[in-house]
Amino acid sequence: MSESNETSGRHADVDIAGVDTVVAEAAAPERDIAVKVGDDLVEVKNLTMRFGGLLALDDISFTIKRGEILGLIGPNGAGKTTCFNAMTGVYKPTSGQVLLEGRVLNGVKQHKITRAGLARTFQNIRLFGEMTALENVVVGLDARHKTSVIGALLRLPRHTREEKSAIERGMALLEFVGIADQAATLSRHLPYGSQRRLEIARALATDPKVLCLDEPAAGFNPAEKEELMQLIRTIRDDGYTVLLIEHDMKLVMGVTDRIVVLEFGKKIADNVPSVIREDPKVISAYLGEPEDDFA
Amino acid sequence: MSMVDGPTPLHTAKADQAAEDREAVGTPPGSSAAVRRKGWFGGLGEKWQELPRQKQWAVLIIVVVLAYLLPVINPPLISTEPGNDFPLACQTMAVWALVAVGLNVVIGYAGLLDLGYIAFFAVGSYVAAMLTSPDSTFLKIPYLWTIPVAMAVTMFFGVLLGVPTLRLRGDYLAIVTLGFGEIVRILATIIPAMKGQVGFQNLGHPPGLDAHGVPIFANSNGTPWYWLTLTILIIVLLLAGNLERSRVGRNWIAIREDEDAAETMGVPTFKYKVWAFAIGAGIGGMSGALMSGQVGFVNNQKFDVVTSVLFVAAVVLGGAGNKVGAILGGALVAYIPLRFTAIADYKYLIFGLALCLIMIFRSHGLLAARQQLLAYGRHAYNEVKARTDAKSAKAKAAPGKEASL
Amino acid sequence: MIPTLLTVLPALSTDDNSWITFDIPSLMQNFWSATFDGLTFGSIYALVALGYTLVYGVLNLINFAHSEVFIMGCYGVWFTLSFLGFGPSAPNLSLGSIVVNLLLALIVAVCASALTAFVLERLAYKPLRKRNAPRLVFLITAIGASFTIQYTIFLVRGPVPEQALTMFKPTPIFDVFGTIVDSQQLLIVIAAVIMMVVTERFISKSRTGRGIRAVAQDPDTATLMGVNKEKIIITTFVIGGILAGAAALFYVMKIPSGVQYNGGFILGIKAFAAAVLGGIGNVRGALLGGLLLGLIGNYGQILLGNSQWTDVVAFVVLVLVLLLRPEGILGTSLGRSRA
Repeated sequence: MSESNETSGRHADVDIAGVDTVVAEAAAPERDIAVKVGDDLVEVKNLTMRFGGLLALDDISFTIKRGEILGLIGPNGAGKTTCFNAMTGVYKPTSGQVLLEGRVLNGVKQHKITRAGLARTFQNIRLFGEMTALENVVVGLDARHKTSVIGALLRLPRHTREEKSAIERGMALLEFVGIADQAATLSRHLPYGSQRRLEIARALATDPKVLCLDEPAAGFNPAEKEELMQLIRTIRDDGYTVLLIEHDMKLVMGVTDRIVVLEFGKKIADNVPSVIREDPKVISAYLGEPEDDFA
Repeated sequence: MSMVDGPTPLHTAKADQAAEDREAVGTPPGSSAAVRRKGWFGGLGEKWQELPRQKQWAVLIIVVVLAYLLPVINPPLISTEPGNDFPLACQTMAVWALVAVGLNVVIGYAGLLDLGYIAFFAVGSYVAAMLTSPDSTFLKIPYLWTIPVAMAVTMFFGVLLGVPTLRLRGDYLAIVTLGFGEIVRILATIIPAMKGQVGFQNLGHPPGLDAHGVPIFANSNGTPWYWLTLTILIIVLLLAGNLERSRVGRNWIAIREDEDAAETMGVPTFKYKVWAFAIGAGIGGMSGALMSGQVGFVNNQKFDVVTSVLFVAAVVLGGAGNKVGAILGGALVAYIPLRFTAIADYKYLIFGLALCLIMIFRSHGLLAARQQLLAYGRHAYNEVKARTDAKSAKAKAAPGKEASL
Repeated sequence: MIPTLLTVLPALSTDDNSWITFDIPSLMQNFWSATFDGLTFGSIYALVALGYTLVYGVLNLINFAHSEVFIMGCYGVWFTLSFLGFGPSAPNLSLGSIVVNLLLALIVAVCASALTAFVLERLAYKPLRKRNAPRLVFLITAIGASFTIQYTIFLVRGPVPEQALTMFKPTPIFDVFGTIVDSQQLLIVIAAVIMMVVTERFISKSRTGRGIRAVAQDPDTATLMGVNKEKIIITTFVIGGILAGAAALFYVMKIPSGVQYNGGFILGIKAFAAAVLGGIGNVRGALLGGLLLGLIGNYGQILLGNSQWTDVVAFVVLVLVLLLRPEGILGTSLGRSRA
């Protein structure tokens, strides 16, 4: 099916983010989500994280609604990435719960959390350097594959089927994030911007219900950031829910539907961008002089 | 881990896409094209890739036929005679190649440093010995059956050792396997049923007598043993290739490159590490059974841990992660002391030094080649290549306009 | 390991049960002598373990070649003492001249080991660090370097152990529960503990020691803070070498016929096991792990009735520790070891 999309996508008009709608459709997820659009997809309940004497997260609670782009912001050391790691199973929370579609994720192994539908990217890019871009994405797709070692060894029909569909879907995803022409390049040889996009494509490949992006625009110039915002919007329009950690206020304000603000491990605000923008607590804690950031 | 140097300058996609499929043995049609670095034999590799499919198959068939005929031709210069019987040397080389292919799964694919591989080789040898030698009190089975049995038993040991240690950081594995290699030898000495230095004599061999009523698979007759080992080697290569171009191979390489990221991408890292370890162990056990069958005698003296390091040298010499490299490395490590008997006593020094020098100056080994990780990637890559070519042609026609892309 | 073998190979235990015995009376009878001897061996393990622990703490590398750093020290001791006229039987010298001779041997051993460690770091590891090589490459280089040194010695000195040298005749010092503690045991344990305390002080108090801890915690930040990372790394290797040299003197004292090209190999594995047992990267852990492993090995050997079992026991301990408490008894961080 995506064979034709792939070829037609090549000739279609590509917008500024390198995204085109036909391709987006081919890359779109095929999955069932238990909750309806606008309902709570992820619930973070009283999440506390303690490292020795340091209280990194103090009783954090928030929800991610299906279909939204939620921003998670806060000054350096506020606990954003810690929160992320506690959600995706890298850390075991000291107390509190993370629920995905009502299912508790505490103590679930990382790869199972990913299969349950919570995928992430890394702040410092962590691609598989010796693999091509396409292979990187296919590793993500493998999260949904069921071929066993025996199946691969003997090239059983399921293996053949999955391998073929993986190529098609992998290429579609690369096309979707705009780096299909670099599919055969080793990921460590990719330019920086393409590496960031590849990380997103690889995370999308696991067919997540929630896509968690950890500072995806780090190191980008304003034009690239603009393209990235466009891409994130397209991802959401495609039916994904997005959790975005970001430093750049302009990007966060421009793209998110709602923002949670952390400071010193505590949640200090949770509202739509226009309110957050005016919230004096947020301004004093994080933004300093509002004119500086929002002029 | 990756077995290559640090950051390299950016390549253009186009430059990298010159590469093509370069499987040396039995590549099924439709295998992927991929990017590779140039090794010392890089020119050779490129020529290989430019060949059309049919010619590749023709070359492969010739190579395989030549490989089978090697002990019969006994080419001068290459021959190890008069110092060592050449067909027997061929058998040794084939066994070492098989060992290297097995260890390559562990080190080259999954990035796990196993320094006690000799232990699996030893377990395989003892299985063959204890199930066929008249010196053993166990039940007896035909020799050929010991090959799969040895594989199963060593896989079991691989899992037994792997499950506790593979949960840990990779470098602990190195020391635990090193210890395990030594322990198996000590246990062979201590446990009376394993008969220490006395060992087991007159191991079984495959059936068949020649015209003079002498067994075809006699201890001193290297050629049939070599053919047997070579056949098994080719089968193992085909199966290893299947694994490589599948989810399994991709997951292994992902673990090797960045274990945490792999886990985050939904790879059950522990499970796949245990699989790599067990598969490696199984191939090691099989090689042990083949070697001891030909030698006809097993005791505790042959399973030094130092030999394990030679196994690692074999994998690294050829280029970790590369099956063809592993075969080359294994055969070379076995061949050099047999051919150049004057330096045979220094083999440990030579290969120890070679290990250091390769790692310091050329960590991707003699045959630098990347794994093929997609079973049906060729079509997609070709399309990308065509597209980039078209793009660059367009860019040439209108310089400057697409420079920003 | 052992129970599993029993279940896997039932025939082995039925057809001849003698390969594994639990000789508890013998252990009770020899308990204290096994304890003192175990502590003596443990002290030697601990000194070597420190070398592993320090390098691991700073570089996150199992320096497989550390066993060869140690064995070079043994050769240093052996050559010095042979040159000074020591032989298989105890020398007929005054206490003063024995002390002088041993000090000379110690200095040579320390120099030999430290120099080996220095050269190893510069030739083998530094080039890898420069190009930011992956961990596996470091490990393979380490094992290759270990091999190279081992078989260079083999080439020069051959496969047989060097002639045994007795440094002095151990004299009984005091009596504990009817078991004599001799001067040799006492000297080794006390000297080793003193050296470890000094090392620990050095790492926690001195400027260089702070640098070592800083690099262990976070090399990049340490560099930003003005710590010369390269200098710290080489210093760490040299300290490990010095301690290995001292261990070499005690080792030759305890096992006079143990100087052999591959003599460091098993001891190296045990010392590493000791470091892991105590908590790798942790200076006190190395001492604790060394002593414990010495004791466990000795008890195990008597209980199971064959000296080969010490190695098996040490290995089983290593696997059990990794399985049950991979961070070791005292935890792992060199950077955080303050005291």
